[in-house]
Amino acid sequence: MKFTIDWLKEHLDTKYDDKKISNKLTDIGLEVESFQSPTSELDNFIVARILNSEQHPNADRLKVCDVDIGNKQIVRVVCGASNAKKNLLTIYASPGSVIPKNQMKLSVSKIRGVTSYGMLCSESELNLSNESEGIIELSSKKYNNQVGKKYFKNINSKIIDLSITPNRADCLGVRGIARDLAAAGVGKLKKLNLKKIKNLSPQKINIKITKEKNQGCLAFGSCLIKGVKNIESPKWLKDKIIALGQKPISAIVDITNYVMIDLNRPLHAYDADKIDKGIVVRNSKKGETFKALDNENYSLDNNMCVISDRSGVLGLGGIIGGTRSGTELNTKNILLESAYFDPRSIRKTSKLLNIDTDAKYRFERGIDPESIELGLLKGAELIKKICGGEISKIDIKKNTNIKKIQIKFEISFFEKITGFKVSDKEIITILSNLGFKIKKQKNILNLQAPSWRPDITQSIDIVEEIVRIKGYDQIKIEEPEKARLKSTLNKQQKLFHFFQRSMASKGYLETITWSFTDSKVNQLFNENNSQIQIVNPISSDLNVLRNSIFSNLIIYLKKNLDRGFKDISLFEIGPIFSGHKPGDQQTVISALKSGKVSRLNWLEKERPVDLFDAKRDVVQSLIEAGFNQDKFFINDKTPNYFHPGKSGAIYLNKNENKPVAYFGEIHPNIIKKLDIKTETLAIFEIFLDNIKKREKKLIDQKPQYKFSDYQKSERDFAFVLDKTFKVQDLVQIISEIDKSLIKGIKVFDIYEGDNIPENKKSIALNVTIQSFDKTLNDEDLEKINKLIISTVENKTGAKIRS
Amino acid sequence: MSDIKKIKEEFINKLKQDLDLNSVNQIKTDLFGKNGKISNEFKKLGSIAVEERKKFASELNSIKDEIQTAISKKIQDLEIIEINSKLQNEKIDVTLPERSFNQGKIHPVSQVIDEISSIFSEIGFNVEEGPDVENEYNNFTALNTPDNHPARDMHDTFYLDNNKEYLLRTHTSPVQVRTMLKGKPPFKIIAPGRTYRSDSDQTHSPMFHQVEGLHIDKNINMGHLKGCLNYFIKEFFEVNKIKMRFRPSHFPFTEPSAEVDIGYKIKDGKIIIGEGDKWLEILGCGMVHPNVLKNVKVDPSKYQGYAFGIGIDRLAMLKYGINDLRSFFETDYRWLNHFGFDPLDVPSSYRGLSR
Repeated sequence: MKFTIDWLKEHLDTKYDDKKISNKLTDIGLEVESFQSPTSELDNFIVARILNSEQHPNADRLKVCDVDIGNKQIVRVVCGASNAKKNLLTIYASPGSVIPKNQMKLSVSKIRGVTSYGMLCSESELNLSNESEGIIELSSKKYNNQVGKKYFKNINSKIIDLSITPNRADCLGVRGIARDLAAAGVGKLKKLNLKKIKNLSPQKINIKITKEKNQGCLAFGSCLIKGVKNIESPKWLKDKIIALGQKPISAIVDITNYVMIDLNRPLHAYDADKIDKGIVVRNSKKGETFKALDNENYSLDNNMCVISDRSGVLGLGGIIGGTRSGTELNTKNILLESAYFDPRSIRKTSKLLNIDTDAKYRFERGIDPESIELGLLKGAELIKKICGGEISKIDIKKNTNIKKIQIKFEISFFEKITGFKVSDKEIITILSNLGFKIKKQKNILNLQAPSWRPDITQSIDIVEEIVRIKGYDQIKIEEPEKARLKSTLNKQQKLFHFFQRSMASKGYLETITWSFTDSKVNQLFNENNSQIQIVNPISSDLNVLRNSIFSNLIIYLKKNLDRGFKDISLFEIGPIFSGHKPGDQQTVISALKSGKVSRLNWLEKERPVDLFDAKRDVVQSLIEAGFNQDKFFINDKTPNYFHPGKSGAIYLNKNENKPVAYFGEIHPNIIKKLDIKTETLAIFEIFLDNIKKREKKLIDQKPQYKFSDYQKSERDFAFVLDKTFKVQDLVQIISEIDKSLIKGIKVFDIYEGDNIPENKKSIALNVTIQSFDKTLNDEDLEKINKLIISTVENKTGAKIRS
Repeated sequence: MSDIKKIKEEFINKLKQDLDLNSVNQIKTDLFGKNGKISNEFKKLGSIAVEERKKFASELNSIKDEIQTAISKKIQDLEIIEINSKLQNEKIDVTLPERSFNQGKIHPVSQVIDEISSIFSEIGFNVEEGPDVENEYNNFTALNTPDNHPARDMHDTFYLDNNKEYLLRTHTSPVQVRTMLKGKPPFKIIAPGRTYRSDSDQTHSPMFHQVEGLHIDKNINMGHLKGCLNYFIKEFFEVNKIKMRFRPSHFPFTEPSAEVDIGYKIKDGKIIIGEGDKWLEILGCGMVHPNVLKNVKVDPSKYQGYAFGIGIDRLAMLKYGINDLRSFFETDYRWLNHFGFDPLDVPSSYRGLSR
């Protein structure tokens, strides 16, 4: 909401300076977005005289002019206007100026080989009118002595731009803002001086609001102004319109816009001669069409509130008028409309048709239903003053009466909510300045909210009114209590934070990527899930919710590889989605590791990363999180984005049916499809939601502290087994032989080839044997040795290698 | 002088000469070997008269000990000389690089979430969460933002179905609704998380992070709201005093509503929080609207309290001098390395939030 300080002062009698007014606006909830002097932008437009005008040497349609810009300065300007003649007085814009029409910033430039310093302006470029043919011709009588002076010298009032919250419809008009400032003690609200005109003729055009369900028009006021002469607006009005950043059109249109900004009262002017036998305000029928003032053709649905005549739709009430009945410069008779439309109806229609206008913006927030007459009076008076004509009586048709809101306000409620006290007297003053009608009854105020405040419906709204006018700085600080009744994080949240830092401690950089991704990449990772489309994505490559984090990680891996990085370790912890309803999501960690380990290290041999790097990081994290590795169960059932032969799933124990993690190398087809330039890519993912919450605390899960001081022995074994036999099974068989003696098993070699039959492999293990009761002698050791060999051979068909 | 004293003198002197290990070992053999000089003396013991034997034995033993000590010392000295001479050849260029390692980092948003949780933990808030996909009711209607209200235009919403029933939450406020519906007052929670709006430019990103706060009890008023935020901002920016300004504003789910600005100045290109006369908006808050309390089955005549919503990414930008919001989500390896935090750097109240 833009307006000038001068305009504000037409409604507000104040001694406050501009800065103080601006601060106060923010203090009472009308946030000042900007507060600037318009002259800063328009200062550079100077009255100038063309001293000489010659044909451009390299262009038929251009001229090279020497221009007197005052202060004894003459500049050379290239100009395309045919009317750029010697001795013409016009407007010159110096390099650095911003052209109001297109916000283009001028600079010194060469045009077809001739350097041009600045520009000569047309009316359209300065938003003075639509006239774009030729440059402005100033009257020599008026401007002869003005060469070198600012053209826009009359606009010197500062422009304030407010960000008005959706509840404050009343402050979409200058008067509403003045009223609020007055209530906050900034000055006095001036009275509106509207003269009643006597002996008026009746308004002869018949107006009817149909009685029907969902009628969006609650009241329709009108008045006829006959015999007008629609002209360009006078300078004072143009200046106001320009100051708001709008374009003056004609007096009639400018006046309706002016009244809208001044009083927050949208008006609409019809060319009365174009109305076919009276006006009917009714619901539209599906398929009706009309051409609106934005030059678009709209096809309507059922139940949109339209202003119509016998020939059809004239306009959408409160949203936009139609071209058929629009006013033009030759318009003679005007029907001026000032109506009240239901905010919900306005919003619904404008959303469906996707129309946004200043009127719609105001009506959907709720304008003052009691401003119908005021708007007509002010609009008609201005039209008569500027365009002449004869005003008719005002005609107001009402569909229903709009109820006033009554609130019983307990005065003590204010302190209960805000924590501080304001005297009854002061409360009453504040509310009455805001326009409330008040009856005090002991500790209760019976309030009637002002008609321009549809947002006020209950006691809490009254508290807000008082506290914002009184000032939020009055609220006292209550220091918070330092007491904790409940633990800050629950178990799942603790797990989340633990894993997050556990991953980073393994050398992975944490990243955060969008929850959405590119469906084309996502489909490589979504297994059998369907893609979850976003109806209105921000761009076509962020069009689905991610089924996996890998799609984004891979996209960004590629970008980093392109930046020249090779050995990259990344992870993200966050949501992935399985459907489009709340709860169709789970929390996972996805990580990837590309390139080589120990690249270019003088000491270590470099090697490509592999699945056992990924496995180490997953297993170590799970152990750090407190899970027992001895119970882990691993198989090779993994999603199809993993390398089918080089990937595995980890279960916390054999009986779990959901894996807590997958690890492995990525499927080579994906690397190929996405053209990822890396030697290898190991990945893993951990499913935090598949980790069941533990009832016991970690300390209660640990076995009793018990260890043996007797000597331990180590024995090596090598078994020859089927190639497909899993090491995990062999280790389990051995560990179960005698848990009191076998304390550790290490796999130290896997061998296939010479001396080993085809389809067989040799697994070499080192077994640690230790008793709790004694030092084992040779005989004891021999016994357990034999038992290990015989058990393994019996259970697996293995042969001990000798 | 007796024989054994002569032997002693002779060999102690010998040991004082510059000898190598072999010569020392030869001396050892000469004395204590099978026919060594000392060994031979011991053999004599039996033939010595009983009355002299004790004295002789004691003398012989002490001489033996003395020589042995001298020999051990000589050997030790020689060994040290030998090690020292070896070390001369074991000199390695220690400026060569160490074995390789990777340093992982925590994303600044995660770090700041931990900082925020730590601060609110001190004053008794616990962490609640909600889903990223919400229904229209929890995100808007329950929060006093009906469909036909222009306040909905304040949020550019991503929808997941054509009926606009399911959407990506535009703020963390639906967690208020979920928390209050599933429990009984009092409530004292924060809810950090991802939020989404279909808006993208230099200062907006389609996904960002918010932390919601909610405190509902019997007598919680705007003074408590002010106190809580004053405490939080001071703790978060780790400064002794701050300038804070409450400005009236409007959110459908709070009444009265406020936006909060903090005072700052720019010094040497850096933002200094708590000084200066510039204002920076950092959060929105207010007293929970009675309509919202009714919607979640909390009696507004008995309970009242405040709620607030803070942009986490923005806080991170301010505290850690990050200029571009969008860079948070672009996974630039250089950026993550530069702005990330060491995983051992866990924010806590006793160690301080940041190093």
